[in-house]
Amino acid sequence: MAAESPQKGATAYRISGLTKVYGEGPAAVHALRGVDLDIPAGELVVLLGPSGSGKSTLLNIIGGLDRASDGQALFQDQELTALSDGQLTRYRRDHVGFVFQFYNLMPSLTAHENVELVTEIARDPMDPDDALALVGLHARTDHFPAQLSGGEQQRVAIARAVAKQPTVLFCDEPTGALDSTTGRAVLKVLKDVNERLGATVLIVTHAAATAAMADRVIHFADGAIREVIVNATKLAPEDIEW
Amino acid sequence: MSPLDRKLLRDLWRIKGQAIAIGAVIGVGVLMLVMMTGLVTSLDETRRAYYERYRLADIFAPVTRAPDRLIADLAAIPGVSAAEGRVTGSALIDLPGVDLPLRAQAVSLPDFGEPRLNDVYLSAGRRLDSDRSDEILLLEGFAKAHGLQPGDALSATMNGARRTFRIVGLAQSPEFLYTTAPGELAPDDSRFGVIWMSRTALAAAYDMEGAFNQALLSVGRGDERAAVLDAVDRILDPHGGLGAYGLENHESNRFVSEEISGLRAMSSGVPPIFLGVAAFLLYIVVSRMVQAEREQIGLMKAFGYTNVEVGAHYFKLILAIAAGGALAGCLAGIAAGRALIGVYLEYFKFPFLVFQLDPQAFVIGFGVSVLAASAGGLVVLRGVFALTPATAMRPPAPPDYSRAGRIGRSLNRLLDQPSRMVLRRLTRQPGRMAGAVIGIAAGMALSVGMISILSGFDRTLALTFSVIDRSDVTVTFTEALSENAILELQRMPGVIEVEPVRIVPAVLRNGLKTYRGVINGLVTEPRLNRAVDQDVATIPMRQEGVILATALADILDIAPGETLTVEVREGRQPVLDIPVIGIAETLLGSPAYMELGALNRALREPNRVSGAYLRVDGAQRESVYRQLKDMPTVAGVSLKADARDAFQKLMDTGAGAMRYIMAAIAAIITFGIVYNAARIAYAERARDLASLRVIGFTKGEVAFVLLGELAAVTLVALPVGALLGYYLSFGIAAGFSSDLYQIPAVFTPESYGAAALAVIAAAVASGWLVKRDIDRADLIAALKTRE
Repeated sequence: MAAESPQKGATAYRISGLTKVYGEGPAAVHALRGVDLDIPAGELVVLLGPSGSGKSTLLNIIGGLDRASDGQALFQDQELTALSDGQLTRYRRDHVGFVFQFYNLMPSLTAHENVELVTEIARDPMDPDDALALVGLHARTDHFPAQLSGGEQQRVAIARAVAKQPTVLFCDEPTGALDSTTGRAVLKVLKDVNERLGATVLIVTHAAATAAMADRVIHFADGAIREVIVNATKLAPEDIEW
Repeated sequence: MSPLDRKLLRDLWRIKGQAIAIGAVIGVGVLMLVMMTGLVTSLDETRRAYYERYRLADIFAPVTRAPDRLIADLAAIPGVSAAEGRVTGSALIDLPGVDLPLRAQAVSLPDFGEPRLNDVYLSAGRRLDSDRSDEILLLEGFAKAHGLQPGDALSATMNGARRTFRIVGLAQSPEFLYTTAPGELAPDDSRFGVIWMSRTALAAAYDMEGAFNQALLSVGRGDERAAVLDAVDRILDPHGGLGAYGLENHESNRFVSEEISGLRAMSSGVPPIFLGVAAFLLYIVVSRMVQAEREQIGLMKAFGYTNVEVGAHYFKLILAIAAGGALAGCLAGIAAGRALIGVYLEYFKFPFLVFQLDPQAFVIGFGVSVLAASAGGLVVLRGVFALTPATAMRPPAPPDYSRAGRIGRSLNRLLDQPSRMVLRRLTRQPGRMAGAVIGIAAGMALSVGMISILSGFDRTLALTFSVIDRSDVTVTFTEALSENAILELQRMPGVIEVEPVRIVPAVLRNGLKTYRGVINGLVTEPRLNRAVDQDVATIPMRQEGVILATALADILDIAPGETLTVEVREGRQPVLDIPVIGIAETLLGSPAYMELGALNRALREPNRVSGAYLRVDGAQRESVYRQLKDMPTVAGVSLKADARDAFQKLMDTGAGAMRYIMAAIAAIITFGIVYNAARIAYAERARDLASLRVIGFTKGEVAFVLLGELAAVTLVALPVGALLGYYLSFGIAAGFSSDLYQIPAVFTPESYGAAALAVIAAAVASGWLVKRDIDRADLIAALKTRE
């Protein structure tokens, strides 16, 4: 992908008629039922909705982790649904950062090494130490995941995701496994990344309160978008009621 | 070092137990290959060096009596690089305290200097002093067997005269690596000796002054040996030439060559079977291990690692285990090979060792290990790569047990929940279970095969010494005598039954294939020493032809109805064309049989016998031996019990000894396979089992869920393994069989039982080891892991 990082105000994703069906026949599950959506570049977007409403499926497809059954998803005028496996790999490598609910750290690598895992293959990465400092973990870089608390593990995961200076950062339930204090701290880091790096941040979450910090909130239900709200006034993460 | 490589090292450390178990199985397979090929190349090379260093002749030409001047004529034959004449003769050694006279060969050494050909290696004492006619060198093996040392006296009968000698040294010679008493198959250090004396002294004893009765020749590389043999025969014929023959037909060399080629056949036949089984296991284990890494593979793909990069990472992991195992196998194989060569050096009586390794074995060992492991990894990686990263990162969807659940609804009423879990897992994943069953069955097959070979060795001895040969004593006469000699034996008190035999040395020829052996002339209905057919029934001797042992018919590539050329090497040395009329089943040696009368007629020497088989009253055994010792016409007496012991020893120390090592390796591989199967099953289910513990199952109940599966797989594997083992046995038996003896694959309920027990014992031990881990499992940690 030769696309340059977009300026704020441009559109990161143009999505139309996006459909995802798991399984076949009577057992088929419609995870996405023809979603149409534009996501502006540089925004912090929160995707809300109950389990199975399709928000994670959307994130997986536009993150290049899964394939759509039908419809289109354009990233900077690139048709994601038409990319080969190799091109999708390139797309993830160059543009996308992921943060998962259960951190998905490599248990056999230290915090620093987990970040290095990504900086090693990225096109224009940060120094792993800077990325860890960004999430406030510079003191514990030589610890293994098993020696870190849940919040710390999630911060390593975020450091790992942002270290490549991604165009977009996808976060699937980033605070789902964390207590409120730690959760707020993690959200603050995400907000910082959004502001300092100018990356588009997409957060999938159950926690409705998170919506208060977003530029844009997208409500999901039954595999479709129910409502899109643009926040006129945003709360700082530390002011969010949990 | 890149973070992926660090991950690799730590992953290896984390799975070290399993990695070692996998590496050990492949390592043992490689060990066997390296050990066997190293052993064979080293023995081959050592023999070559020994022959060269002590200038062993290429051609041996026995003659009745030829004047010394002919040596110059022999040396002048084109292609001959050295010629030597010497005197040899048979002798009987009389040792105090030994009932029977012991046979020996006396060989001359030049009065001055070393012999041009067939030098000896002096292992103790000094060389002969030509001024003293009573000095001898004695074959070291014989001396050791009887506790004789330089300085001791030795009494021997040569050419009818009894003399006392003084042993001045002990010697070994490449010409007498194997010392087999004439007419016997197995070498026995204690019953056949070699005496070296100075030429003058020995010539005097055998009336050979100014003459020789054996010529030795060496020929240059690449020369036409057949032409030289013809030329030698032409020169020696007027003087009673008995037919020159090449080293390949020399008895000791033939024995050594057959033992080494037996080892070689075994090393090319048996280790591949073991390595194949180990490679199959490696394939299964690696594929399941990579399967367990599915989520991490998905994660790496999510970050943007390409399939090639992820594949390379796991390939390194696989390579580390497979190559590590292969490397350990190579090193252990070298060490084991060295240790074994020490044993074989003693057995072959080589005075020194040339250790040599066969690089091909390393290449094959490494190649097979890495290929099998890579194939296992590749199959799984291809499957994982086909998934989208999102799917790969999710744990696989819970397997659909609904179909399995429908099976046997009535059965469900009989089973409790844990049993249902076991049953459904077995029926739901038939492919995976089949892999486990075949793996364990392959291990069992190795054990069945090796146990059937162990029984096969016993069968060979039993068939030869209880069924084919039912005599107690074999008597050999000094020459072919009239049948009166048999009457004399029959009259001897204590002798129950006597059966005459005429044994004639001969070269058997069918076209270009030849075999230097003997024809056994037996009575029409032999009872004490017989030829038997496949059903172990006596084959009656018929007038019209010769009966060959299976092994001999194979060597000569001849079938009943075809004509065999027999070049007799005795008396007038006639050349006879005799039809082959039957094939006899023998497991030892390669005999040929004819009817005694027909043989004598063909030789035009009616009513002659050269020996007899005796059945003896056990109570009067000693007295019979004493009488035989006093008979001047008796050249040698051999007891079946001694011959049997000698053969048992041959099989236990020669190539056959390998069967015990291989049986041990088979046991190790069997255990390794079962243990790995248990470990993998545990790794795949650790989480489920922890969950069961959390909801209140006892350790025993949880263990049942896993071990029940292992038990069921093992039980199914037993009959499959028995069947595989049946077929495998024939391959292994062929590997162990040589020209000296054939090993049948013998199947008894006991051999299956023992193999089954070995597998069950391995399963119980593996189950116990895994159960320990189940009991120790950290429940919280197991559940905290992301699902």
